[in-house]
Amino acid sequence: MYDIENYYNAKSVSEAIALLTEHPDARIISGGSDVLIKIREGKMAGSSLVSIRDIEEIKGVEKKDSGDIYIGAGTVFSHITADPVIQECIPVLGEAVDQVGGPQIRNIGTIGGNICNGAVSADSVPTVFSYNALLKIANAEGGRTVPVREFYLGPGRVDLHPGEVLTHVIIPRAEYEGYHGHYIKYSMRNAMDIATLSCSVVSRIDSAKNILEDVRITFGVAAPVPYRCVETEELLKGQKPGEELYQKLEDSIRKEIHPRDSWRASRDFRLQIGGEIARRALIQTVKLAGVPAKDQGGEEA
Amino acid sequence: MIGKSVPRVDAYEKVTGRAKFTEDLIPQGCLTAKILHASIGNGIVTSIDTKAAEALEGVVKVVTFKDVPDHCYPTPGHPWSVEPAHQDVADRNLLTGRVRYYGDDIAAVIAEDEITASRALKLIRVEYEEYPVEIHPRKSMQGSNPPIHFDKKDNVLARSNYMVGDVEKGMKESETIVRGTYKTPIVQHCHIENPISYAYMEKGRVVVVTSTQIPHIVRRVIGQALGIPWGRVRVIKPYIGGGFGNKQDVLYEPLNAFLTTQVGGRPVKLDISREETFCNTRTRHSIEFDLAAGVDKEGRLLAKDMHSYSNQGAYASHGHAIAANGLTSWRLQYACPNIRGEAYTVYTNTPVAGAMRGYGIPQVCFAIECFMDDVANAIHMDPLEFRRKNLIRGYYEDIYLKPIAANSNGIFECLKKGADYIRWDEKRKEYAGQSGSIRRGVGMALFSYKTGVWPISLEISGARLSLNQDGSVQVILGATEIGQGADTVFSQMVAETLQTDMEHVHIMSTQDTDISPFDTGAYASRQTFVTGTAVRHCAEILRDKILAYAKTLLPDIDTTELELRDNWIWAGGERAISLSALAEESYYSLTNSSVLTAEVSEQVKRNTIATGCCFAEVEVDLKLGKIKILHIINVHDSGKLINPQLAEMQVQGGMSMGMGYGISEQLLLDEKTGRPLNGNLLDYKMMTMLDTPEIKVDFVELNDPIGPYGNKALGEPPAIPCAPAIRNAVLHATGIAFNENPLTPQKLIDGFRKHGLIAADSR
Repeated sequence: MYDIENYYNAKSVSEAIALLTEHPDARIISGGSDVLIKIREGKMAGSSLVSIRDIEEIKGVEKKDSGDIYIGAGTVFSHITADPVIQECIPVLGEAVDQVGGPQIRNIGTIGGNICNGAVSADSVPTVFSYNALLKIANAEGGRTVPVREFYLGPGRVDLHPGEVLTHVIIPRAEYEGYHGHYIKYSMRNAMDIATLSCSVVSRIDSAKNILEDVRITFGVAAPVPYRCVETEELLKGQKPGEELYQKLEDSIRKEIHPRDSWRASRDFRLQIGGEIARRALIQTVKLAGVPAKDQGGEEA
Repeated sequence: MIGKSVPRVDAYEKVTGRAKFTEDLIPQGCLTAKILHASIGNGIVTSIDTKAAEALEGVVKVVTFKDVPDHCYPTPGHPWSVEPAHQDVADRNLLTGRVRYYGDDIAAVIAEDEITASRALKLIRVEYEEYPVEIHPRKSMQGSNPPIHFDKKDNVLARSNYMVGDVEKGMKESETIVRGTYKTPIVQHCHIENPISYAYMEKGRVVVVTSTQIPHIVRRVIGQALGIPWGRVRVIKPYIGGGFGNKQDVLYEPLNAFLTTQVGGRPVKLDISREETFCNTRTRHSIEFDLAAGVDKEGRLLAKDMHSYSNQGAYASHGHAIAANGLTSWRLQYACPNIRGEAYTVYTNTPVAGAMRGYGIPQVCFAIECFMDDVANAIHMDPLEFRRKNLIRGYYEDIYLKPIAANSNGIFECLKKGADYIRWDEKRKEYAGQSGSIRRGVGMALFSYKTGVWPISLEISGARLSLNQDGSVQVILGATEIGQGADTVFSQMVAETLQTDMEHVHIMSTQDTDISPFDTGAYASRQTFVTGTAVRHCAEILRDKILAYAKTLLPDIDTTELELRDNWIWAGGERAISLSALAEESYYSLTNSSVLTAEVSEQVKRNTIATGCCFAEVEVDLKLGKIKILHIINVHDSGKLINPQLAEMQVQGGMSMGMGYGISEQLLLDEKTGRPLNGNLLDYKMMTMLDTPEIKVDFVELNDPIGPYGNKALGEPPAIPCAPAIRNAVLHATGIAFNENPLTPQKLIDGFRKHGLIAADSR
């Protein structure tokens, strides 16, 4: 039995905005895999809810003529993993969201909810960051678009105002074409778990398979908000992949991330793991780019 | 029928959802109760204001610690003792104003529905006076002011010790002396069905329907807690979703019984949440062990010394019985002339520890079997060879607790099967001297385990059989089905003794203390042995009655050689009369009708030791602090198996529990308050299917001479040896001895750093 005061079911984005404006205390619910937990825990007990679960216009994945990919905020994780556009253009995102919880959660949880919930452990978010995604937000004033890197304000807080609904996650063509990505979720078990630390690396290798032209590294759970390691990225750009570079990456990551000490894991522990998973993720992207095995480098290669 | 893998008698009901569990039976109009738990770890309630809660619409009644009986009662699922000196410690009240751990029960709200009850809880205002919190037994036993319970000034609930031979002398004569300190964590049972009950009154009696392993004991404790005659209490146990020992304790049934008496006997439901199950029911004791051993030049144990400190938590529950059970185990199985053991059980401000599958043996086995590997390492001997050299072959008996004995002992055969499966000799060599950051190792551990509780405590069981009109048999027992398959194996036993088939045996799964014969319930791996003894004798009595009645129906036949088989009475190898015809006569004969029934209530003064081992192969990723179990096998000597398929499933479940104990499960507490930090199924890391390797199970089936069907303990043992086997495999892989389970990534990374296997400073 859940302590829910009122429940309003929106059938369209405009109706959702109207309901949210009419009931300013109401919270948005989509799949419910975060909201219902908070209600059960008592944190949101007695809330009124506006459901956006039945809004068809924010479901599904579409590749526009421009090549930009629009992912509806209401698209569930299992849909993203199975979607042909995702599999062809940004398979790492499908792999990342396939590591959320278990099958039931992946059939109900949405990428929009994952982002707007503001948790740093969200499995979709590091990859969305590494692809420099844009967030399309609808409101009564005609809407706005925000880079995901500016969306996180602090622990559990995002730049979504009352009366606003996230409708799409946009991955611009220039941000994914020619890139390969790999996501590593470090958790205490292989299913039904949240990340202790997570890292998504996206990289582009030159046509001679020789130089790391671009690299983007994003951590989950390494800081109060999802964290792009820009200093390390700069250090790696234009360099040749290999053991020397991977060691440099490990050392730099451990200087750059700021994980905290908690009963779940110590700061030192997370620093050790952080360097290691960033290394392994980068090596994997280099492999995916087709760099010949002899040039991939790395102790495990 | 014995030794056959017949399908579970409740399989179809459970799989189709037709089986009724407590929550399926909640009557219409049932009220809901919720408990107010303390938000401090130690202290007293100085004031409590319930007015606002009482004023909330839908609230029927609020009761606090001021409203409950003053006297204390015991909770453990032990048979009662008629000797006051052996009675369980009575240190509980239904609700309390003296808070002894974070979450202690202060008050309860009874409301028309769950949401109203939850909202009312938030309206109760409580003020406290706080005392310092101590969660560690070795510190708590130095005393506190005030003590946790006023009659135990030093917070020591109990201490026991023994000495066999002369340990000091044995140590002196030893070539090598090894010492080690080991520690096990608090873990929780995590049965899938949380504790739940509902209670109502009928004809001046209290009826409680509850998810329990021990209905007859719950009845007695409710009587004690409420201070009412035991005959005025009726307890009903439907199907239950697991217990693993947590429900071998009387949890919230007495409070639930009390609450219905406060609302005029209206039905009241008390449905415990998962978070409450972690914090407010029972856990497995965390125990610290200081061990020492001396060995001679050949690697033979000359002396062994154990001192252990068990964290009881805030209330006695099963108390010292768990630590004492571990102490007994220390002197079994390994040959050693000089043995000392000492154990303390200490009150602390932590959740209450009670019975959990293995009853102290998973803890002591972790300590002993890690230590045996450490001793073998210290003298550069293969750990398996070390054990073969020191284990007792064949019969042995406990020096103090007679008649506990290994009446059959298949440990050497078990070790051979385990070593062959894991390819021990080959892999011990292959994995020596690795240097990379991914390393492999093999390890093993073994155990012994008693069957039932005699002579430490009473063993008694009852059975009632009656012959139906169609020649089938009705079985009513006080022993409980808790998911382990008890109903199925009891049915097999009846079928075996009456030489019939499963279709002709109908067992009643529900226990109702108004109806079911007296039996203390499911615990101590006792039921196939103790209840099995009662079932066998009861079936023999019924068989004899059937044959005696057959004689009256067969005046013209020579009845000296009558035999019951395949639902017929046979005389001289010929079919004489069908059982169904006989049964019909017994009900409806106008000259000679008397329904054939049999009932026994029987004390069992026997005990026999089961044994077994685990072998594991692991791969350790040093830089990520991860253990992957590549292969794992348990081999059990539990005597003759009644149902091999059920036995294998029992072992698989136990191994899953044992692997979690080895690498991931622990209930963490806040040092300052004793509050559980991870008391939910997300943060408490039970293994999922994706974490579980292929589980291999094997048996050595010796016929135990005193088991009713050649059988001995199997229920609990599978959970015992996996954790130390995995630890010993990690030791083999990395050379690092981790002496505290579970071997979590954090502990592994810390250990590898400390010993230089990975860079010490990551920054």
